[in-house]
Amino acid sequence: MVKKMKTIEFANYPKFADDILKDIKSLSKKLKEEIKIMEVCGTHTQVISKSGIRRVIPENVKLISGPGCPVCVTPTDYIEKAIALLKKGYWITTFGDLMRVPSMGNSLEKEKAKGGRVSVVYSPLDALNIAISNRDESVVFLAVGFETTIPSICATIKKSAEEKIPNFKIFSAHKVIPPPLEVLAKDPSLKIDGFICPGHVSVIIGSKVYDFLPNELGKGAVVSGFEVLDILLSIKELIKQKVEGKPKNVNNYKRAVKDEGNKWALTLIETFFEKEDSNWRGLGIIKNSGLKLKKEWREFEVSLNGIEEKRVIEPQGCKCGDVLKGVITPKDCPLMEKVCTPDNPVGACMVSSEGSCAAYYKYERGLDG
Amino acid sequence: MAKIILAAGEGGKLTRELVEGLIYPQFKNKILKPLTDSAILDSIKNGEIAFTTDSYIVSPIFFNGGDIGSLSISGTVNDLTMAGAIPIAVSYSLIIEEGFEEDDLKRILKSSSLTAKKAKVKVVTGDTKVLPKGKGDGIFINTSGIGVILKGRKMGDERIEIGDKIIVSGDIGRHGATIAAFRHNLRGKNLSSDCQPLNSIVETLFRNGIKPNSLHDPTRGGVATLLNEVCRRRKVSIEIEEDKIPISKEVLGVCEILGLDPLYLACEGRFVGFFKKEDADKAVKILKKYPSCTRCSIIGEVKKLESINYPVILKTKLGSLRPIDELTTIQLPRIC
Repeated sequence: MVKKMKTIEFANYPKFADDILKDIKSLSKKLKEEIKIMEVCGTHTQVISKSGIRRVIPENVKLISGPGCPVCVTPTDYIEKAIALLKKGYWITTFGDLMRVPSMGNSLEKEKAKGGRVSVVYSPLDALNIAISNRDESVVFLAVGFETTIPSICATIKKSAEEKIPNFKIFSAHKVIPPPLEVLAKDPSLKIDGFICPGHVSVIIGSKVYDFLPNELGKGAVVSGFEVLDILLSIKELIKQKVEGKPKNVNNYKRAVKDEGNKWALTLIETFFEKEDSNWRGLGIIKNSGLKLKKEWREFEVSLNGIEEKRVIEPQGCKCGDVLKGVITPKDCPLMEKVCTPDNPVGACMVSSEGSCAAYYKYERGLDG
Repeated sequence: MAKIILAAGEGGKLTRELVEGLIYPQFKNKILKPLTDSAILDSIKNGEIAFTTDSYIVSPIFFNGGDIGSLSISGTVNDLTMAGAIPIAVSYSLIIEEGFEEDDLKRILKSSSLTAKKAKVKVVTGDTKVLPKGKGDGIFINTSGIGVILKGRKMGDERIEIGDKIIVSGDIGRHGATIAAFRHNLRGKNLSSDCQPLNSIVETLFRNGIKPNSLHDPTRGGVATLLNEVCRRRKVSIEIEEDKIPISKEVLGVCEILGLDPLYLACEGRFVGFFKKEDADKAVKILKKYPSCTRCSIIGEVKKLESINYPVILKTKLGSLRPIDELTTIQLPRIC
């Protein structure tokens, strides 16, 4: 089936989907209890939500979203600091998703509307170009993202160093995926049986990094692509593993993911960054789960001297943290639809295009019976 | 290369030379010829007058499949056509930035002229202004249009009934995807805007005894936004099927790369029509004879309103349902 993926026409996928769903249904009947599968990738969150997979899989197969959205897991005080940098005179450059993240009634979008210099970029290289074209300005790029994005920031810093661009800095909040997987897998209250491992992140870090999940923690792990059939096959594999009692680490995205990952990208990350403990919204502080620039590159990190450490109060009733951990689903949040909507988001999970709440609201609300 | 100078908008000799030398030759007709303050049209005895206006600020000015010239005529012709009107005359106002290339202006005028001829509509009056450099963005065009709605041809959302079938006249999202691709330096051989006037296609439907209940062209906001608007106005629900929505491979590709949704991308040469159930199959058969309508398809139907929170529902390829909201953010700025 995986070999056939290359030649499948999108239009024909319902036929193949039916075949895989039949297998999922017959396997799920052999389960003694429900199976809980977590995905930790914003794009998987979207595809699952958009395609309606949850509504066609058996009742005892639970698909939950975890902390797969880098914007959502970044603590809110990061936005406060970014706004403070803006007010201090820095030209803030950012990916679009961070613009509308609410922080104590404010956001970068609101600051831009008031005349603040905030530019949305598709790539950190665009941010560097802004610095190159505006030599009198101090440009800061909000460097948020998992391993998918980190190499491009490294390449940008490399270029900045080579071309001696003194007015470009980053405000780094990068995080890496394997440590929270360990935290979630070890949490007995979550009862996760297996993980659909992220596609894009795995292109960089490879699939072997997830060996610890079955080998040390007894959890299934399947690296999945982003087509609907990819997701269905990954679900089927995880159910099969649970039925047989044989958790494994399977790479189901071989067309893009090598077992050992992308050596060039990994070397790049290794050159510029080192690990540090990091605070994940909803999960708390996780050891060695964040990245900071190595000493020899630290000049590229913007100084936070003079930036006040503000205590950011999470909005009342906001359950983003529980959603990110998979404790509740978006529809269980009391603010969903009634207060928190894409037009009026209370937390980051409703703002980001990769957020679970945004995906639920856009693609599943009201129709899940 | 000659450029448009500020003085060409001052109203004197230079303006006259611009209008008589460049603009009028493209649209030559008896009504326009006097080049006076107003165009005098024949009185309309056999129907109601439809009147519309639109301004065009698209960037880039030239794109695969069209340009601001063809768009400014098609867009206004299509607005009249959607009301059931036969387009008769359009006005044509140019706001040009000082320094604009004369060759580009000629190219735009030629394009507008060809589109007007294709739509069998006359440019009967116009205006030309020149803004100082830095106060505009190349060129903006406003066109207003007049048409006649013959007796029995009036359409509107008030005529939509539960059970009506919804037809799209061809594959969707081409214009929006073409503009998005251009802005991000993505090139696709077969990726081009669908910009075209629709009046002759709609006329064929009428001549074959098919009268749609309502027609709309899904421009900014795309098919999804349009369907939501209809539901709000008419207080109905709409269910569409994902595997019936025609989308080209090229548009899907652009959307995958840029994170766009084709249901929200503008079309500039397509209509979404609400047809009586018994007319739908015949309408599709007639439309498919046009090269631009080969992928014409019945995509859904009108149902009783269940919930005002999600009036438009999509049945996915997997057979499950999901809501389709109207566009709430900027997906793409300045596309038309």
